[in-house]
Amino acid sequence: MAALIEIERLTKRFGSFTAVDDVSFTVDRGEVLGFLGPNGAGKSTTMRMLAGFMPPTAGTARICGADVVDQPVAAKRNLGFLPEGAPTYPEMTVTGFLHFVARIRGFRGTAADERVANAMRLTQLEGVRLQPIETLSKGFKRRVGLAQALLHDPPVLVLDEPTDGLDPNQKHEVRELIRRMAPEKAIVISTHILEEVEAVCTRAVIIARGKVVIDAPPRTLVRDGRSLEEVFRALTLGPSPDPALRAQEAA
Amino acid sequence: MMRPALIVAQRELAGYFATPVAYVFIVIFLVMAGTLTFTLGNFFARGQADLIPFFSFVPWLFLFLVPALTMRLWAEERRLGTIELLLTLPLPQWHAVLGKFLAAWAFCGIALALTFPLWITVNVLGVPDNGVILSGYLGCLLVAGAYLTVGAAVSALTKNQVIAFVLAVAICFLFAAAGSPIVTEFLSQRLPVLAEIARALSVADRFQGFTRGVVALRDIVFFGSFMAFFLFLNAVVLDHRKAA
Repeated sequence: MAALIEIERLTKRFGSFTAVDDVSFTVDRGEVLGFLGPNGAGKSTTMRMLAGFMPPTAGTARICGADVVDQPVAAKRNLGFLPEGAPTYPEMTVTGFLHFVARIRGFRGTAADERVANAMRLTQLEGVRLQPIETLSKGFKRRVGLAQALLHDPPVLVLDEPTDGLDPNQKHEVRELIRRMAPEKAIVISTHILEEVEAVCTRAVIIARGKVVIDAPPRTLVRDGRSLEEVFRALTLGPSPDPALRAQEAA
Repeated sequence: MMRPALIVAQRELAGYFATPVAYVFIVIFLVMAGTLTFTLGNFFARGQADLIPFFSFVPWLFLFLVPALTMRLWAEERRLGTIELLLTLPLPQWHAVLGKFLAAWAFCGIALALTFPLWITVNVLGVPDNGVILSGYLGCLLVAGAYLTVGAAVSALTKNQVIAFVLAVAICFLFAAAGSPIVTEFLSQRLPVLAEIARALSVADRFQGFTRGVVALRDIVFFGSFMAFFLFLNAVVLDHRKAA
């Protein structure tokens, strides 16, 4: 059976700047892939292309066999995506927002209610269900974004910094949640927290200047006694590209 | 299936009323429409039971108010990052475009409907032709729709709301003024072909028919294709400038 996520020679150029350069990897069911790299390395751009938000300049990405460019709706049905910064509509209440997502995803009536209740239970949002999202703390907002991605129990999860802004307890909860879901799904998470990779990921892909520099289980990366941080620094520090171009990619 | 577009539209419309945008827009629209009708429009002194003075001002009010409504349409989604959320949900992109437009259009419809005291007034004071009034309202709604699609397409073009507003007013003004005597006389003296085209593209000219109670198929087709064109443009622009 084909892998749930297939990325093949994916490339994105902004003008003359190559943000993502010939990236290929696959993620099978049961795998949690930690996507690492310095800021501006192309993590978010890769995830945006995988989620079907940005069209790639070259290469393909498939989710459950559906090409994100040719069959975008089919691909997105099987995907739960947490975009960078966990954007939500600030004036909506937590349930209002989750119901909107549930309805777009085709759930109606009691099925929608159940999905929303379940997503709120998984992310512990019941206490704030009727609050407008703009009144919530950063940690709660991030969990609303996470709830939206989990709502339809998708086989593929792509989470851009899911634990950013959470306190240590909440981080632990989210990691537990990811670990619990992992056997059934193919999960990609991007993060700057290296301990998180060791804690939940079965595989680490490190990307620098748009290119994959390593793709291996976190255990084998630290086999020679170096810490993951040392490995990360050794692999990603190099001649820095033009800062103006970095800024362009970040925007 | 239209369902995803309608769900988006419903969310958007609720969003208008969750913020002061809706109330400010409606109050300003009603106050200005009322004031202009009774002062400059000589509503009473004319001695006729119709809404011609009111209808003559509505397109000019929309010229400024509609771009104020649309300038945040896509710019706000970009600012919040929710565009990334909306466009990665499993709905065809044109549903998102159509849904946002439908919500804004329904909102303009609500604002127009709230001018009903004027309609009651003329019916109390005299015996107006309510068919003509109805077609006038239809014309207003079509003008609002046309300006909305222009504004929405421009809003997809730029992240800056001020630029979106100014550009939308300018483009709408072009279509409003294209049929005015100043423009057509100037053109017919020099470029007679262009004068004909300008008159044919004039939103204000088409609207005149509706205020006289003439609902012509070709005018409906004009507004329909005008809106379809700018909605299509909106979708194309969005496709190319998603992250911009």
